[in-house]
Amino acid sequence: MIRQGEVDFRTRLQNWIPKVVLSPSLAMVLVFVYGFIFFTIYLSFTDSRILPSFGLVGMENYSKLWRLSHWTTSLTNLGIFAFFYITVCTALGLALAIFLDQKIRGEGVLRPIYLYPMALSFIVTGTAWKWFLDPGIGLEHTMHLWGWTSFKFDWIKNRDFAIYTIVLAAVWQTSGFVMAMFLAGLRGIDNEIMKAAQIDGASNWNLYRRIVIPLLRPAFLSAFVILAHLAIKSYDLVIALTGGGPGRATELPATFMYSYTFTRNQMGIGASSAVIMLMTIAAIMVPYLYAELKEKS
Amino acid sequence: MSSAQTQSVRTGRVTRSFIYLFLLVSALFYLLPFFIMLLNSVKPLGEITGGNMMAMPEVFTLEAWKAAWSTAQVGVEPTGLRPYFWNSIKMVVPAVFISTILGALNGYVLTKWRFKYDTILFGLMLFSCFIPFQIVLIPMARILGIVGLSGSTYGLILVHVVYGVGFSTLYFRNYYAAFPTELVRAAQIDGAGFFQIFYRILLPSSGPIIVVCVIWQFTNIWNDFLFGASFASGSGAPMTVALNNLVQSSTGVKEYNVHFAGAILAALPTLLVYIVAGRYFVRGLMAGSVKG
Amino acid sequence: MSFLNINNVTKSYGSIEVLHQINVSVEEGEFLVLVGPSGCGKSTLLYMIAGLEDITSGDISINNRIVNGVHPSNRNIAMVFQSYALYPNMTVGQNITFGLEMHGVPAPEREKAMNDVAKLLQIEQLLGRKPWQLSGGQRQRVAMGRALVRNPDVFLFDEPLSNLDAKLRVNMRTEIKKLHEKLKKTIVYVTHDQIEAMTLSTRIAVMYQGYVQQLGTPKEIYDTPANLFVATFMGSPAMNILPAKVVVQDNRPHASVATSEGNTVLLPFSQANLAAWQGKDILLGIRPEAITDLDGADRKSSNIVNLQNRVDVTEPSGSDTFVTMTLADRDTIARMRADVSVAAGDVFDFAVNMDKAVVFDPETEERITEG
Repeated sequence: MIRQGEVDFRTRLQNWIPKVVLSPSLAMVLVFVYGFIFFTIYLSFTDSRILPSFGLVGMENYSKLWRLSHWTTSLTNLGIFAFFYITVCTALGLALAIFLDQKIRGEGVLRPIYLYPMALSFIVTGTAWKWFLDPGIGLEHTMHLWGWTSFKFDWIKNRDFAIYTIVLAAVWQTSGFVMAMFLAGLRGIDNEIMKAAQIDGASNWNLYRRIVIPLLRPAFLSAFVILAHLAIKSYDLVIALTGGGPGRATELPATFMYSYTFTRNQMGIGASSAVIMLMTIAAIMVPYLYAELKEKS
Repeated sequence: MSSAQTQSVRTGRVTRSFIYLFLLVSALFYLLPFFIMLLNSVKPLGEITGGNMMAMPEVFTLEAWKAAWSTAQVGVEPTGLRPYFWNSIKMVVPAVFISTILGALNGYVLTKWRFKYDTILFGLMLFSCFIPFQIVLIPMARILGIVGLSGSTYGLILVHVVYGVGFSTLYFRNYYAAFPTELVRAAQIDGAGFFQIFYRILLPSSGPIIVVCVIWQFTNIWNDFLFGASFASGSGAPMTVALNNLVQSSTGVKEYNVHFAGAILAALPTLLVYIVAGRYFVRGLMAGSVKG
Repeated sequence: MSFLNINNVTKSYGSIEVLHQINVSVEEGEFLVLVGPSGCGKSTLLYMIAGLEDITSGDISINNRIVNGVHPSNRNIAMVFQSYALYPNMTVGQNITFGLEMHGVPAPEREKAMNDVAKLLQIEQLLGRKPWQLSGGQRQRVAMGRALVRNPDVFLFDEPLSNLDAKLRVNMRTEIKKLHEKLKKTIVYVTHDQIEAMTLSTRIAVMYQGYVQQLGTPKEIYDTPANLFVATFMGSPAMNILPAKVVVQDNRPHASVATSEGNTVLLPFSQANLAAWQGKDILLGIRPEAITDLDGADRKSSNIVNLQNRVDVTEPSGSDTFVTMTLADRDTIARMRADVSVAAGDVFDFAVNMDKAVVFDPETEERITEG
């Protein structure tokens, strides 16, 4: 009997090559994502101003942060923005998806029209809407020219309503995407279930309320998670549309972090605001990703 | 999204009219801002400031487009957007290429050469797609400064590869998970090695997911503003940052028609991709959200 | 030393042992079938022979060489997969020669080997096609061609027929058997289908819960199953298992069984040693074909017992008629000639061939052997 060496070269090679191939990406992610996260967390406990410095100051940055009206305004704005953005996107996306699913003539033309803003940069979206909403030249001006002189639409210049213009532009950009998610969900529903419900005498309203919409639960969850994380990360659109103004009416945590870190030279406070943003997103994403990955393996 | 299985819900005449009306009004809502932008980009400035934005141009002119491309004041230089457009191209092409290759190899390893804790490692990579990038801005700026890459296209390539590899890995992992593992086993018995199996067996069947991944990465990287603004604000800035500078410049008269032309120029590459390969774009969007 | 030797092999995933102390040896030219329900470990064992799964302990040798830790491509084995695993981007010809190419065989030799195999399997006209252009049966042939072209020591088949429709499956079964008889190659074949196991093999290993329950020729497995699992797994319809008590009468052991009419019948055993079990409970195993009408009884049997019982259901299948009755409170199936005249509700004269009866210990579920 010929006795082989324990494991031959080829098998050993095959055991370590995959790990070697994965390691550059993994190293990148570990350093540039997780390493950096820890670095920023560390900075949030230091007295860093214009440059990182390493004098530990405990929780001082956080307590300062929560005393800043600028920060609390940003959070309030985020709350309003996220609530309306998520609700309107979901409602509009769901309505479009359900209506499109009724054997609509021209579905192939309509669907891409609803979705194309998703391919644009927020900066482009912001440029378009900034002007469209400008009362002196955009929609209000046009209505006046058309003879509707009492028409008033100056939200973008109004401290109380400016945040809703952000909602409007953001909904314009992403609601088509939510529509696509719901449409995929609808098309995935077993037709026989629909038939059975119709034979049971369910009206269209009841069919959707009692059967279809509950079956779309996974799509609702995905839409919520994606929209919530987009809301928290929103930065470009605000910069392009309002620059955070008028006043601080459209400041969000993302713009707050940027201005405190890079223009006001309060890096410690900027870092602590970034940490809070990360924790908020993690609270939403981690359970979601965990459930998704667990389901798969 | 195939319409193979459309539902057979019966709707009455009134309901149906309402549905069509709703769908058409919505289409108008999505089309109008872009359409008006296009319309006004071919008007002389006087027609915009003095006239109606909905009106057809009385004088058709491409002056604004020429200005936006090559002569408009961006920041301090009257260069137009052209140099920044090429900056974006020089950034996007290598970044997309590298992140797609890495994603393909990672997806291959994570599905066909599984090892202990591989799901946890993937989870770590996946989460990196969703972090608020504010959390890495400060150290990234420092590192790019230290290695001398701040303000350069190379720095942005690095940044986009690092933060794009999570998504490309996700795409290829999900795609290869559905690829029969028995094929890999058969190739092993046939004597093919790790890379031979990848090149000869998996890659030839990966066309669709490569398109999806390339489109997604291209769109995302082209449209990025935060990294561009943070790490390359000068002459090395990408298109989005330059567009913002053009639009926000506070000096002189607001040349709306030039802004619109510039915005459309910035949107053109991704819009073109969307028109040519919309199906793959949608697939990428879906795969990035409803995994599975 | 046998040609393929599986010696004390175990497999664990973490702390869970899924294969326990497997010992199987196969002579050159044998056709061994590993059969069992899904999850019994048969495919894992096959993958370990192929080198696609690590061996936790014990060793496997092929042609006098221990192959633990040897790369699959260096074991001189070839495998036919359940899904056929044809490379979708390659033509049939490229599929067949890919292994030779990877082993550095020059192109002219590859060409010749491909043509020989294509001729043997009658797939010459398919060589230029892509897998998606082939029917299920053609794919199956190509997968076999890819294995044959390597001229390996051992062929491994992983449920190769389970993706074919019923009719094609029977045809391909015959073809595989013909091929084996022609080439006399050593084959290890995994299936969950006991008919495939019976028809193809020279020897069968019945596996369940990570153990080899019995290793033997098809006849041994069928006629003298080692335990209750083997008895009920092999054969369709399954063997009738009746709880009974051993009663000794006229110096001969009998099984006492309750009929549906409220009587007990005494069925005399052919095995004399069961007298030692007097008064104890046993499980009596009788295959459906050992219960017939009086005319259909096996003439060579020395122990046909007449039994009157009520018929519950009759199921004519065309070639046979299956008759269900109640014995010992269990549904008991008899297999009769197609033209037997019997109807549900009749009280019928059954003939039980007790020569074919087997007996199990209800505690251990092992068969009580003779002598």
